[in-house]
Order: sequence, then structure tokens, then C-alpha cells
Amino acid sequence: MAGPEPVLRLSGITKRFGALLANDAVSLQLGAGEVLALLGENGAGKSTLVSILFGHYVADAGAIEVFGRALPSGQPKASLAAGIGMVHQHFTLADNLSVLDNVMVGTEPLWQPFSRRRRARDKLAVVAARFGLPVDADARVGSLSVGERQRVEILKALYRGARILILDEPTAVLTPQESEALFATLGQMVAQGLSILFISHKLGEVLRVSDRVAVLRAGKLVAEAPALGTSQAQLAQWMVGQAVAPPTRRPTRNAGDVVCAIDHVSTPTGVRDRLDAVSLQLRAGEIVAIAGVSGNGQVALAELLCGVRRAGAGTVLLDGRPLAAEPARMVERGVARVPEDRHGVGVIGDLPVWENAVSERLRTRTFSRGSVVRRAAARRHAARVIEVFDVRGGGLLASARSLSGGNMQKLILGRALLAPEGENVPLRLIVAHQPTWGLDIGAVAYVQRQLIAARDAGAAVLLISDDLDEVMTLGDRIAVMHHGRLTEAREAQGWTREGIGLAMAGAA
Amino acid sequence: MRVEKRLQPSPAALALASLGAIVFTLVVSSVLVLVAGAPVGRTYALLLQGAFGSLFAWSETLTRAVPLLLTGLSAAVAFRARLFNIGAEGQLYAGALAAIAVGGLHGGSGFAAPTWLLFPAMLIAAALAGAALLLGPTLLKARLGVDEVVTTLLLNFIVLLFVSAMLDGPMKDPGAMGWPQSVALQPELELSRLVQGTRLHSGLAIALMLAAAVWALLRHTVAGFDIRAVGANARAAAFAGVPVTRTLVLVALLSGGLAGLAGAVEVAGRTSYVTLDMSPGYGYSGIVIAMLAGLHPLGVAAAAVFVAGVLVGADSMSRAIGVPTYLADVIVAVSLLSVLVATLAAQYRLRLR
Repeated sequence: MAGPEPVLRLSGITKRFGALLANDAVSLQLGAGEVLALLGENGAGKSTLVSILFGHYVADAGAIEVFGRALPSGQPKASLAAGIGMVHQHFTLADNLSVLDNVMVGTEPLWQPFSRRRRARDKLAVVAARFGLPVDADARVGSLSVGERQRVEILKALYRGARILILDEPTAVLTPQESEALFATLGQMVAQGLSILFISHKLGEVLRVSDRVAVLRAGKLVAEAPALGTSQAQLAQWMVGQAVAPPTRRPTRNAGDVVCAIDHVSTPTGVRDRLDAVSLQLRAGEIVAIAGVSGNGQVALAELLCGVRRAGAGTVLLDGRPLAAEPARMVERGVARVPEDRHGVGVIGDLPVWENAVSERLRTRTFSRGSVVRRAAARRHAARVIEVFDVRGGGLLASARSLSGGNMQKLILGRALLAPEGENVPLRLIVAHQPTWGLDIGAVAYVQRQLIAARDAGAAVLLISDDLDEVMTLGDRIAVMHHGRLTEAREAQGWTREGIGLAMAGAA
Repeated sequence: MRVEKRLQPSPAALALASLGAIVFTLVVSSVLVLVAGAPVGRTYALLLQGAFGSLFAWSETLTRAVPLLLTGLSAAVAFRARLFNIGAEGQLYAGALAAIAVGGLHGGSGFAAPTWLLFPAMLIAAALAGAALLLGPTLLKARLGVDEVVTTLLLNFIVLLFVSAMLDGPMKDPGAMGWPQSVALQPELELSRLVQGTRLHSGLAIALMLAAAVWALLRHTVAGFDIRAVGANARAAAFAGVPVTRTLVLVALLSGGLAGLAGAVEVAGRTSYVTLDMSPGYGYSGIVIAMLAGLHPLGVAAAAVFVAGVLVGADSMSRAIGVPTYLADVIVAVSLLSVLVATLAAQYRLRLR
């Protein structure tokens, strides 16, 4: 448990970016052999704090002590030398190199004539054995599973002598079973003398794995408590500042007609993320949630229904007629699409908010007369979208890229769900791909409420999410995606968490 | 000391940076003037006078500005869609050649068609010639990912050699005593003078109208939205239903067409012949002008006048004081570089630890 002298002490760390106070006199301690979880919404200041620790930013005020010695600020090399290691959420691995190469890279000075591979291999074997992280040193990283890659990332830090390990959202890409394996590994690392700082937003895991919890909100440290005796609701309240009501889901009414029928669809081989004889029926008035670790075909399925990818074999019917790969026709067929990548695909960042709000409908009679855009009508509709969906930011003329993640997602939702006045093309199908990824608790609740409302209004909703809690809360029926294949879509009551986890890993 | 990126663009920083760009340009060119052994103040005074100091100076500047405006528009339209058309020079020559092909005094008489038919036909032929040259590289880029910078640039050389072959062969002016120039344009097709006694021709009106038309297209039409969307983010544009390849083809037609028109307007307004040296790099200067204008069609007009003024003023100055006219090229090039650096620098802030 926590030793007498803290291995890491942050005192009064303050950091400003212009008018934004990212960290406000944050003081934290990490004890030896302790697992401290750092919680907070997006924008709360977690990444900034950790970047300061790592030397990417220089704090405006405050001091850091590592193992009792002051840490020079703004020097990543100093942080590394002091024993701080970080495992990022998005791995920094070279797929075409072996595990040994990835672990070794950057550890030898450039002017050294020969690479000391045998020595490195032995050292890696010792480190791996000590912390219980078996790896094949010669395996090509590109061929490893996500859990195995994360192990390589951890080994990279341990190989460099990290004694304080920072893990940034480590379970975001893992199945429930892989997460369990990670927690066991964390236990073993602590037993070997490591101290761990664990950044997460998954409240259940945080309470399971950590000894203490620290909550950041709007740059300030608002709470610090032992994990034992703290509830998830309490954590959520600290994170948001008020009690959070989870979206209530009224029990399913009887689902209506089949809106969309996907029949034995496969996408061409050779492309990453493909579908393999996938069949699914989406009925009006129900939410079908697709669980699964990212990279198992979800992108292919979403792109198929968004009209951006063609099926190689099989058919996709919408209201009985084939659904062509023509994004321009989606609006008139009543399909609302929320893509996974809101920055890169959902909005055109350089264009103003109002043009993004009508981008899918510009070719309709409402917003263009022949070739000329009806600017006034377009701006009016955009203003309605912003108002109804509470999109906050610089206004209609601000560039879309200036919106925060949550507001950008609300803009995309509003564009997809709000019909212009006078038009009454009913919404038949909503395709939502990771709609709440990276959003804060308030925005997550909002998006989920919108999806439920759309369902209640009679649309068929396809929700693809790697957040198991979301899948189980929102899905009327649930199916699991693995290696391009889709399980049968069973009623939510017919699944257990373990069952879904096993299906995510391809077992069961 | 560290350099940190700013979160919000600061108008004060941008203004300061632009001022710095102007000052830097003046300093660099002043150094060159001193090296040439001339007094700095008088040199600039002569330059300004030669560019804007009299009606005649203005007429020369505006005449020079016409092809620059058109090639500038050509570059601005293309670059807005991230189609980097470096082939405006060749497209200009192709347009000039097409104009002569339709309206030249072939066999002494030319095509026997009324002027009101022949004049637009000449311009359309020129635009089509320029557009055709850009269409190939555009389709290669859209379908196969071939870099259009390379293809359009290399096409310039091919076109110039083709023009040379034409000028020495089928389109050679029989009365030019061996000098490689094309047959002359039919006199009825020449553009009228805007100011008598000067070289300023109604091509200026054509160019300005086209600038306004391009501005209206980009701002008010669905096609304009498509062009801007494809340039900003082609993937997101495709998701929103924009027909990307079709839009790129439209851009190719517009951009190539504008450059081709530049050639036709030069022939019809200034030279009446096609010669190998009729364009001192207007196609390439168009790129500079488009960048200076931030790819804005109306800004292109201002930038074209600026660059034309510098070129014309330097000509006149060099005749008076002996500083080489290359000073003009230096001023234009340095101002472009400093404007680009200034825009970039305005996004960062220097922090003293």
C-alpha cells in the first residue's frame, strides 16, 4: 500500500492557455506502490497535467518532485530519466517492426556504430518475466492483438526503467477479458515496486483497480478519496458538479416493420475492416446496438449504411428498395448519419457552422434554386439547428473546427435529425457510429436522449459503440461484431456482460 | 525561450506580422538597390511614379495586370479545390494559339464568319484549349492519385514546344521574314482601347467581370460550395454528398479555361500575334498573385494590380536610374515569401522562460 514518502509530488501546478485555465493550482501526491486514478471529463485538465509531468508543457506555476528530487520542467528527457513512463491511449508502435525493435528504438545513441541486440533481448526477457508480461520478441507488431500491443507499450516504459507508470485510458480498446488481464498485470507491477497513475473515465473500473481516486473538474482538483467506500454516483457527481441523471429508457414497444434488411453482405477482401456474410434486420421503433472492439468491421458496417462503401456480395434494402452507395441520396431516403470521425468526416472544419448545418441538404429545393444557394433559408435552418440542439460556440459564421467535441457532435446530430420547416420526409433509419466517443458526461447524456427520442418517434436506430455500458443501456437488441462477423441480434435481456465480452473476443 | 502555438488567432499579431512582411520586403530590396549603387529613396519614388504616377503609367500597369488577373483567378479557383494547377503558362499559350486558329488571318482572309459569331467563338476555343490541357492531369489525380503538380508543370514544356512547332510551321506568319510568330489576328476581332492613345484594352473589363463572376460562383452557388468543400476536406465533402470527381472536373474546366482566356485576351488586346515570348511567366506569376490574395477572387484583382505596378514601375525606374529590372521579381517574390511566413508566424507566440 502507500509508503511513507510520496514518489511523486505535484504542488500548485497552474497552466494557462490564453484565457483558458487548464490547471488551477493542482496538488497531488502518489505514494510508493500505490494506484491512483485520475478522473475528469474532457477538458478537465487531465491531459495537460500529465503533459506537464512528461515535459511537453511548462507549468506557469508550481513544482514537481520525483522521488524527492525536483523535476526540471519542460524536458521530456529529464522526466524519462527520473523514472516516469507513459502508456498512451493511442499506441506509438511501428507495425512493420518486431517487438524487440519497437522496445529498443530510441534507447541507443545515434553515434553508436553497432546495435547491441543480444543485450537488449536479454534485458527485455528479464523485464518481461519480472512483471509477468510474456511476449515474443521477434513477433511483428502488426500481427499482434490489441491487448498484446498494449503489453508491448507497457514493456517499452518498463524497459526504460520507469518506476512511475502513467496509463492513459488503457481499457478503451480492450475487451472485458483483456481488461481483466491488464488489471492482474497492474497488481503484479505494484508488487514489484511500481507506482501507477491511471487516467480513465470508466467509473466502475476506476473503483475496482485503484487505491485512491482524484477528480479534476475545470482545472481544479475537486476531490480526493480512497476508492474503498466511494460510489460511482459520487464520482460522477464530483466530475460534473451536480447529480447526473442517466437517460431513462422506456421499455420497448413492439418494434414495427423492417426498415432495413442487410442480407449476407460481405465487403471485398484485402481492405482492413471488412464484413463477412453479415445479416441484420433493423425494425422501426427499436435500437439495435452493435458491441465489439473497434476494428472488427464496425467501420465497414457503418460506411455501408452511410452510403460510402459498396457491398461486394449480398444486398442491403431500405424500405424494400436497394440502398445504393450514394451519399447524396441519403437525406431523401430518410437516413440520418452520424459518422465516427466527427472532425475528419462529420464536418468540413474550414467552412462555417451554417454551411455545415445544411451541407447534406444543399441540393434540395428548399436550399437551392437550380444552382444558386438560398442563403437566407439555409441560415435560418442553421440557426434553428443551433438553437434546438444547443450548439454553443462562435455562432453561425464561426468555422466548424472551432467547436468543441460535444458541440460539434450536437451540430452533426442536429443536421441529421432536424428536418427543415415545410419538409416532411420521415426519418426511417439512424446510423450512429460511436456517437458519444470522447464526449463529457453531459453531452453523452444528451446524445443518448436524442437517439432514444428518435427511436420513440418511429425510426430504426443502429448504434455502433465500443462502450459496453452504452450498448447495454440503450440497446433493445444487441449483436456483437468480431472479425467481420456479426452474431445474431438478441434481445438485451438475453445477453450477459460476460457473454458479450466472450463474443467480442470471438469465443462463445 | 520557446515557441508555442496560439489557441486563438490574434488580429493584432496578424497585423504586426503583415507589417513586418512589408518592412522586410522593403529592407531586402533596399539592400539590392544599394548594391546596385543607386539612391534608395529616389529609386522607390521612380518606381511608384512609373507605376501609378500618370494616366499613362496607370494604363501600362492595368494593361500588364489583365493577364495576371486571369491567371491569378485560374490559380485561385484551382487552389481552392486543392488542385494545384502549375500549368497555367502552357494553358495560356494553348489559349492564345486557339484564338489565332479561330480568328487568325489564314490565307489573308481568315474564317468568313461575322464578327459577332467569331469573337465569342475565339474566346470559347481559347478557354476550351486551356481546359483540355488541365483535364488530363485532373482525371489522373482523381482516379489514380497522380500528383498534378508534376503533370501540369511538365505539360508546360510540351505545350511550348508544340507552339514553337506551330509557329515555325502551319501557323507561321508569311510576312514576318523568318521571325517565328503566328499569323496575325483578324483586325475586327481585336479588343477596343479603353483609353485612346494607350495600350489599355477592354480585356480589363472582361477580366474584372470574370473576377466578379468567380466570386459569385464561389459564394452563391452549389458548385461553389462543392469546390470549397472538396478543397477543405474531400472525404467529409464526399460524405455530405458532394460529387468529388465531378467537382474536380468542373474546377479543371474553369481554371484551365481562365488561363486559356488569358492567352486569348493578350492576343486580342495587346500583341495580335502569338510569339514564343509573349508571356514572361504570367502563368507562374498567377500563382503568386493568387497566394498573395489568399485565394480570394476580388483580392486577386488587387494583387494583380500590385504586382503589375511593381513590374511596370521597375521597367520605368530602370530606364531612368539603371537598377536592373530584376528588382521587380525580387520584390514580388520576397513579398510572397514574407506574407506566407507572416501568416504562419502570427499563429505562434514567443515565450521567454
